[in-house]
Amino acid sequence: MDIKEVQEEIISEFDILGDDKESTIFYIMELGGNLDAFPEEQKTEENIIKGCQSKVWLTASEEDGKVHFHADSNTDITKGLISLLIRVLSGRKPSEIAYADLYFIDKIGMGSIIGSQRSNGLAAMIKQMKLYALAFDAKLNAGI
Amino acid sequence: MSLNIEKLRGLFPILHQEVHGKPLVYFDNAATTQKPQAVIDALTGYYQHDNANIHRGAHALADRSTQYFESTREAVRDFIHAKEAAEIILTKGTTESINLVAATFGRKFIGEGDEIIISTLEHHSNIVPWQMLCQENGAILKVIPINDAGEIEYDEFLKLLSKRTKLVSIVHASNALGTINPVKEIIAKAHEVGARVLLDGAQSTSHLTVDVQALDCDFLAFSAHKLYGPTGLGVLYGKREILESMPPYQGGGEMIKEVSFDGTTYNEIPFKFEAGTPNIGDVIAFKKALDFIQDLGKDAIKAHEDELLQYAAEQLSEIKGFIPVGVAKDKVSVLSFCINGMHPFDVGVMLDARGIAVRTGHHCTQPLMKRLGLEGTVRASFAVYNTKSEIDVLADAVQKIARIKNK
Repeated sequence: MDIKEVQEEIISEFDILGDDKESTIFYIMELGGNLDAFPEEQKTEENIIKGCQSKVWLTASEEDGKVHFHADSNTDITKGLISLLIRVLSGRKPSEIAYADLYFIDKIGMGSIIGSQRSNGLAAMIKQMKLYALAFDAKLNAGI
Repeated sequence: MSLNIEKLRGLFPILHQEVHGKPLVYFDNAATTQKPQAVIDALTGYYQHDNANIHRGAHALADRSTQYFESTREAVRDFIHAKEAAEIILTKGTTESINLVAATFGRKFIGEGDEIIISTLEHHSNIVPWQMLCQENGAILKVIPINDAGEIEYDEFLKLLSKRTKLVSIVHASNALGTINPVKEIIAKAHEVGARVLLDGAQSTSHLTVDVQALDCDFLAFSAHKLYGPTGLGVLYGKREILESMPPYQGGGEMIKEVSFDGTTYNEIPFKFEAGTPNIGDVIAFKKALDFIQDLGKDAIKAHEDELLQYAAEQLSEIKGFIPVGVAKDKVSVLSFCINGMHPFDVGVMLDARGIAVRTGHHCTQPLMKRLGLEGTVRASFAVYNTKSEIDVLADAVQKIARIKNK
């Protein structure tokens, strides 16, 4: 599936939940539980995303021209949000990630679910993922 | 006499709404209280009928505005039982009131090697202005420790006091935990060594009777918006002789007696500290908030809020995974807590989904959170318009949320 198809899939999943905020949050928290275990030793100051109210650690690696993200947070809702971003962006070419239009966030009404402060945090997460992608893109193009 | 809460709720239009499809339960009163219709009407009424700049205009509207503005100052005087209205300076809020003292009294009377005492319970706005002053003039900041219940260690305070102490700046009631400090004793002891005392009354003035003469505090800072009044408005009370000895805060209109290019003489208190056109509309509306409180009576308000706090503590403490934070013997109606295994942010978002407004996080008291070994708490804070049935809604929600991690 391409980035658009994954986003459409997420939008339809959230559609099923309807307008009930509580069930939406429970669902997001459940999604957070599916994140791969994040190594404790990588929970360093360096890997923390600045601008998030809760703590978020993010690392990225590149294999065969694809970027893979790993992340964790100390709050379950944030973990759920990260898991959605990873589902959409991880395992793709750097250029795809860097220029991805992540419209699903607005479509599933994330802003009203998590509030404006957390929305800033979410934007910071996306920015960091795209920065990683750009860095890998530059590295691949340079043939290093 | 007990209050008719249902009737009283009718005075607050904002309370009667749904949030995320659920009736609003507003438990974020320590952050700001809601405003009764009389305050809202006074604010719009001012702009509809009376708007004019105060103190200088030679016309009817200016006279009227000045009269209403000054009648709020008198109402504030009465509210905290100050000797005279001139001791009431109107500011932007508690934060500005404290900064005003730091910038004027602090710069003039606190020097290198002098000491300022605060406590672990302080809000950032009663920490940072003193840190800034200490950086500037080489004074030393001393901090009274607390016990695990969230009460200051009074004996440690006595040990910190010395001839070098110039100021004790302490919170009357903690915003994060609700702890009420023994301020009368603290003030008396501080005065014995010749130190002045500033009380941060942001949280206490809405719940407790605060009588500045009985307490004998030198300064009292508080905000209108936590007292059912408008935002952007606060009070600094100071004893006349101290205020008179302090240099002005900001330069501009209103604060002067005479200006020439050779020099300027300053106005009398309180105007010396009120440069520029003040927040006239909000000041005028604030009187209605004070009237609202005085009509109900502080004792009746306190009795109702104490009942709510006790009921909430009972209901929530039965929930598996509920961890109360701050269990001081003497508290205002603030209930801080954590849920085992859950981040306070997540709890806050889930409560919001049920229409319950609480505050989560460090509550601008990061050193206190560090002392307690916590990143933050969930804080439910009650005002006079809250009810036991709202607490039932909270308890029911917390029970459901806690169950996720505490089966």
